[in-house]
Amino acid sequence: MSEEKITLLSDASRAEIDRWVAKYPTEKKQSAVMAALRIAQEQNGGWLSNELIEAVAHYLEMAPIAAYEVASFYSMYELSPVGRHKINICTNISCMLRGSDEVVSHLEQRLGIKLGETTEDGRFTLKEVECLGACVNAPMFSIDKTYYENLTPETIDKILENLE
Amino acid sequence: MVNIEINGKVIETRDGVTLIEAADSAGITIPRFCYHSKLSIAASCRMCLVEVEKAPKPLPACATPVSEGMKVHTRSPKAIAAQRSVMEFLLINHPLDCPICDQGGECDLQEMAMGYGSGISRYTEGKRVVHNPDLGALIATDMTRCIHCTRCVRFGQEVAGMMELGAPGRGEHMHIGTYMEGTVDSELSGNVIDLCPVGALTSKPYRYTARPWELRSYHSISPHDCVGSNIRVDVRNGKAMRVVPRENETVNETWIADRDRYSYTANDHPERLTQPMIREEGEWIASDWDTALTRAAEGLKAIAERDGAEQLGALASYSATTEEFYLLQKLMRGIGSGNIDHRLRQVDFRDQAEQPAYPALGQAIQDLELLDAVLLIGSNIRKDQPLLAQRLRKASRNNGAQIMAINAVDYDFTFPLAQKCITTDLGAELSGVLKALLTLTGDSAPDSLQPLLTGVEPSEAQQNIAETLKAAPQATVLLGNTAASYPARAELQALANLIAELAGARVGLLAEGGNSAGAWLAGCLPHREAGGRAATVSGMDWRAMVKAGLKGYLSLGIEPELDCIESAAVTKAMEQAEFVVALTAYTGEGLMAQADVLLPIGTFLETAGSFINTEGHWQSFGGVARAAGESRPAWKVLRVLGNLLDLNGFAYTSAETIRTEMEGLFGDVPIGNRSEWTMSEPTKLHQGLLRIADVPIYAVDPMVRRAMPLQATADALLAVRLSANSRTLEKYGLADGDQATVSQDGGEATFIVAVDERLPDNAVYLPAGISETRGLGGSFSPIQLAKA
Repeated sequence: MSEEKITLLSDASRAEIDRWVAKYPTEKKQSAVMAALRIAQEQNGGWLSNELIEAVAHYLEMAPIAAYEVASFYSMYELSPVGRHKINICTNISCMLRGSDEVVSHLEQRLGIKLGETTEDGRFTLKEVECLGACVNAPMFSIDKTYYENLTPETIDKILENLE
Repeated sequence: MVNIEINGKVIETRDGVTLIEAADSAGITIPRFCYHSKLSIAASCRMCLVEVEKAPKPLPACATPVSEGMKVHTRSPKAIAAQRSVMEFLLINHPLDCPICDQGGECDLQEMAMGYGSGISRYTEGKRVVHNPDLGALIATDMTRCIHCTRCVRFGQEVAGMMELGAPGRGEHMHIGTYMEGTVDSELSGNVIDLCPVGALTSKPYRYTARPWELRSYHSISPHDCVGSNIRVDVRNGKAMRVVPRENETVNETWIADRDRYSYTANDHPERLTQPMIREEGEWIASDWDTALTRAAEGLKAIAERDGAEQLGALASYSATTEEFYLLQKLMRGIGSGNIDHRLRQVDFRDQAEQPAYPALGQAIQDLELLDAVLLIGSNIRKDQPLLAQRLRKASRNNGAQIMAINAVDYDFTFPLAQKCITTDLGAELSGVLKALLTLTGDSAPDSLQPLLTGVEPSEAQQNIAETLKAAPQATVLLGNTAASYPARAELQALANLIAELAGARVGLLAEGGNSAGAWLAGCLPHREAGGRAATVSGMDWRAMVKAGLKGYLSLGIEPELDCIESAAVTKAMEQAEFVVALTAYTGEGLMAQADVLLPIGTFLETAGSFINTEGHWQSFGGVARAAGESRPAWKVLRVLGNLLDLNGFAYTSAETIRTEMEGLFGDVPIGNRSEWTMSEPTKLHQGLLRIADVPIYAVDPMVRRAMPLQATADALLAVRLSANSRTLEKYGLADGDQATVSQDGGEATFIVAVDERLPDNAVYLPAGISETRGLGGSFSPIQLAKA
C-alpha cells in the first residue's frame, strides 16, 4: 500500500528529496520533511494534496499525522489548490506604515478577489503574509519566488501584466 | 547527589533529575498538566512555573534540572502569580461545561482551577470551538475542552508506538486530531483517557453513565493475558461501571491494554447466563440451583459408576482463577478421573512430563526493558501480551535492543525487527539458528536433536540471529502463543532451550490467557497434581479426550468450539457425549447445542480468587460486582458439586481458605523454565497448504468476545478474513475480494479473500476463536481452498 503512495512523488522529486535526506543521519530521515513537502508542493503546481502529504510521510518513514502537522503549521505550504501565481502581500508594520493597505485594495479591485482567494481563470492567488524581510523597500509582495518592492498601483499593474 | 532547597526544606536528590521530580519525591506538590513521569518533557502548559532564586523569571519545574545549592519557592508570591496567570490563560478557551463533562469531579484542570484560578474571568471575547473527531468505539472526544498538553500525542509516539494523534494547525488553530479523521487503533489507546488532564478525551462506553463520587473503587486483576495487570474497578450499586489501571511499576506500570479496560462491558451482555438451565428431552428449561446441581452430580456419578470415571473429562479456560482450577482438578481426581486439561490451544503434549512447574517468563517483567537482544519465536506479542510488547519497545528505544522474530506471519510490531524469518516451518528456522550457534561455540547438540540438524545450512538471517544472541550481554528467547499451539511445539521448545543455553540467554514462555501459571501449579493437567507433583492417576490431555469420545464432560468458563484450537473435533465430541455439564458465565450457540446442564458462574468481576502471572507473581482479588441473576462464583459451584458427589475436603468457607490450602502445596515448587526432553521422532509438518490460525486480540475468551466496544475496533473487524500472499492466491486462481470456500476437518466456510504479503507461501491465515471459523480444524494443519 505504502509503495503505491510513494509513486505519487515523481522520480525527479524523489531524487531531490534524497539529496536532502543525505544531509541528515540515516536514522533521522524525517529531518528532511520540510524540504520534502516543499518539493512535493512544487511538483504539484503549488499545493499539497492529502495523498501527497501521505506519500512524503511514507517516503520518510514517519506517521502521516506528523507530516500533516508540519504541512499545516507553516503558512508557505498550501493545503488546497492555488493559482499559477501566488501573490504574498506583506501587511506587517513597516509595509502597513508605507501603504500596504492600498496595495491590498488595489489588488483586490483589479483581480476581483479577496485575500485568500484565487481568480476564476486560475491565474492569481492573493495571500496575506507576515514580514518577508524587505522592510527597507516597503511596501512589498512576493510573487512565486520573486520579490517586488516599493510598490505603487502603477508598478503593480505592470508586474501583473507581465505574468501569464 | 546534589542538595537543593524547596520552600526552605533541604532536599538531597540525584543529579540530573528535574525540579518537579525532586519535589514529587519530597512530597511537595507543584501543579502540572503536560508533565507526566512516563512521557517525554514538553514544558508546554507552563503550569509548573516556580521561582528559583537568582533566575530572572519563573522557571518550569518539569524542564529545569536541579543543581547544587538551588533555592526554589513553589508558593512564593512570584511563583503563585505566575501559576495564576497561566491558569487564567488556560481557562480563556476552556468551556465552563463542568456540569455536563464526564471528567467533572476527577478533572486536573477543575482541581487546579480551584487551587490557582480566579473566581472571576476577565475574558469577555468569544471562546474558540473545536470540531470533535470520531476516534472510534473506545474514546469519546470533546476537543473544545483540550488545553493542548499533548500528553495523548506523546503517548502514541513514545509508548504505544503508533503516532495516530497529532496536533496539526498553528497557534490558536492548533487542535488534537488524527490524520484524515481516522480512528485510533492502537491496542493501548484507552490510556490516553487517563492521561488527558481535562475532559477532552473520555471513555466512550462509560460516557454519561456515572459520576466519580457515586462510584466505589475496588482492586482487581485483569484476566485476559499473562501480565496480570493491576486494575481498579469502579462500581455503582453493584454494577461495574468502568475499569482503569492501578499503578504497579513491576507489572503494568500505569498502563493497561484496551482489552483489560473494556472487557467489563460484557459483564451484563444479554447472553449472560443468569439462572441454572437443564435440558429436558431436548428442550432447555430454566431451573433452580438444587435441581441443576443434583442433575449435574447424578449425571456425572451415573457415568462414573456405569462406564468408569475415566469416561469423564474436564476442560477449563486459560483464565479461570487458581482456586477454580484447584477445585476442578480436586473434584475430578476425587471421582477417580485424571482427564483434566486447560491447554486447549495446545496440540503437542509429548514433553509435558519434562515441562517446568509452569510456563514462565523466566525473568521479571520489568527486566525485559534491560535486554540487549530478544528472539521472538511464534509470537504476536503486541496483540497477545500488549504490555510485554510495550516493555520490549522500551528495550528497543532506550537500550537499543536488537529484537528478532521467527514467525509464521510478519506481524506489525511497535519496535523495529533487526532480523526476521517468516515461514510456516518455525522448527527449520530454529534448527538453522542452532546450527549456526553450534559452529560459533564449537559445542555439539545432544543426540536426540541430531535429526533436526542433519543437512541444515544456516541462512544469513539465521547466522545473524545466532551471532546477535551470543554477543548480547542480556538476551532472551521468547516462545509465544503461536509456538504454544504449534504441532511440533516440543521441538521448538527443545531447540529454544538449547539455543538459549549456548547463547547465554534466558528462555521465556509467553503463556495463553490470564492464568496458565495458576492452572499448572493447581494441577489442572492430566499428568500433574497441585504443586507440580506427578499425578497418581494420570489422565488424557484434552485432545486425547476429544479423540477418545468420552461419555461425559465438565467444562469451566469456555465455549469449546471457540476456545479449543481444533473446533471441529471438540464440537463433535461434545455433541456426541452423553452428558455435558458447563460452568459458564454466558450462554451461546455452541453450549446450547452441546451441554445438558448449564450452571451460571460469575465473571472475574464477581468472584474472589487469584491469578498467577507470567513472572510467578500470585495476585488475589475480591469479587467487586454483584452477581448476575442467580449466578455464583465458580469455586462455590465446584464446592457444592464436590459435596454432592460425596467427596472429602470440599468444606471451604471462602476463596482464601482454598488459597491457604494451595499455598501449603505450592510451597516448594522449583522455579525454572528449562525443560529437558528427549525427542524420539521429529514431527513432520504437512507439506501442502496450511492454515495459520492465531487467536485475535479480541477473541481470546468468552468475555472479551462479548465486549461490544472492543468488537467495534479495527483489530476485531479486521480479524474476520481469509488472507494469503499473492503467490498462494494465484495458485488457487483467487484475487483480492474474491469469495473462497475452505474446508478443514469436515467443516466448511466461505470468506472474502484478502491479499496479505506478510504471510509465507502455501499458507492461509484464518484466525481461531471467532464464530466465523467454528467447525474448522486446527492451526498449521492442512486446509483445502477453492474459489466459491
